[in-house]
Amino acid sequence: MNGAHDLGGMHGFGDVNPEQNEPVFHAEWEKRVLGLFVPVSAVGPFCVDEFRACIERMGATNYLSTSYYEHWLHAFETIAVEKGVVTKEELKAGKSFTPRGDSTPPVLAKDVPYISSHGSSARIDEVIAPKFKAGNLVMVNNNHPENHTRCPRYARDKLGSIEKDNGVFVFPDTAAHGQGDSPQHCYSVRFDAQELWGGGASEKDSVYIDLWDDYLTLA
Amino acid sequence: MSDHDHNHDHANSRPLTDVELRVKALEQVLTEKGLVDPSAVDALIETYETKVGPHNGAQVVARAWTDPEYKKRLLINGTEAIAELGYSGIQGEDMVVIENTSNIHNVLVCTLCSCYPWPTLGLPPVWYKSAPYRSRVVSQPREVLKEFGVELDENTEVRVWDSTAELRYMVLPERPQGTELLSENELASLVTRDSMIGVELLKKSESRGASE
Repeated sequence: MNGAHDLGGMHGFGDVNPEQNEPVFHAEWEKRVLGLFVPVSAVGPFCVDEFRACIERMGATNYLSTSYYEHWLHAFETIAVEKGVVTKEELKAGKSFTPRGDSTPPVLAKDVPYISSHGSSARIDEVIAPKFKAGNLVMVNNNHPENHTRCPRYARDKLGSIEKDNGVFVFPDTAAHGQGDSPQHCYSVRFDAQELWGGGASEKDSVYIDLWDDYLTLA
Repeated sequence: MSDHDHNHDHANSRPLTDVELRVKALEQVLTEKGLVDPSAVDALIETYETKVGPHNGAQVVARAWTDPEYKKRLLINGTEAIAELGYSGIQGEDMVVIENTSNIHNVLVCTLCSCYPWPTLGLPPVWYKSAPYRSRVVSQPREVLKEFGVELDENTEVRVWDSTAELRYMVLPERPQGTELLSENELASLVTRDSMIGVELLKKSESRGASE
């Protein structure tokens, strides 16, 4: 969707202003939200694409006026309710009114080292023919889906070249909406900065974007 | 809003904010249902607050600077070479390491959310997740880098990497001049988080403990 999350190339947000000697967390509640990521993703269950799509659905004004961990909190609450794990009333009251509906055991502290050091790759071990190969010139399709997509707006309808085939990955546009993994190749695609931003950009510069087969057409 | 005792921050004796109440409620409900074990939440916090951070990435960089064979493996298969040093997992499942040289400068961003290589760099700083950086570094990389104190020659090629997929990138910064005699650990102490994002050029710094 053409949401407020798709920030590349926008103006008006001001200077970067990095904080010196920044702590890992700025409040206790941020820690709890971070720590809930793994346990909640196990009970949902949800994939990272659903999680991102959920944040994008929170609305442009809301997205821009809340912090990173507030985005996460919004996604946890929404997904837990939508998946029938909790009710809105329970979240409002801060207590459970009914026993859980399934017997999934929770993630335990002893599981954490294994889970955090293994993660969950979106790479799919399947032999699928790539549509493109390194060196191919490609156009990014000029699509504007209302659903989740990882094709940034600033790259659409632009000419790039395939730098490298990264292999077969889950396709976020379908996975985010429970429509399957649609495994396909994902490439590192190189764009001249001037193709993206016009003559004011340096002819020396470029942007590399990771894009899937379905976003691209051979030029 | 409830005004029960447990809805106050005892350390600061102030009422909890809306966000604090929501976090507390979510964890409480899931815990009561037996779906979340709060000690697992504690363990995850401890992992990302103390164990996983840019000191890991610094070890990878120092090894690459001192071991040419390791560097070769790192640039060909980042995930495997980083795992050789014991770093792997969430948000680093598929790593790509890109090398800065005397005429190529790489810088990382995630314009769509805040993708970042956790196992080597830890959790991302606020500026990396914020709109000013995400909106500008793709279109005005040289200006943004200047704000970070990185002045690049106009002949240097700037490559911005927008991590729109599940590949996670890390910059291998250039080894500073005058560090030929330093040990791998001394070199690691020179490597900063920002240099591995690509918004800092490393200098040999006496204040960081590296000796002559």
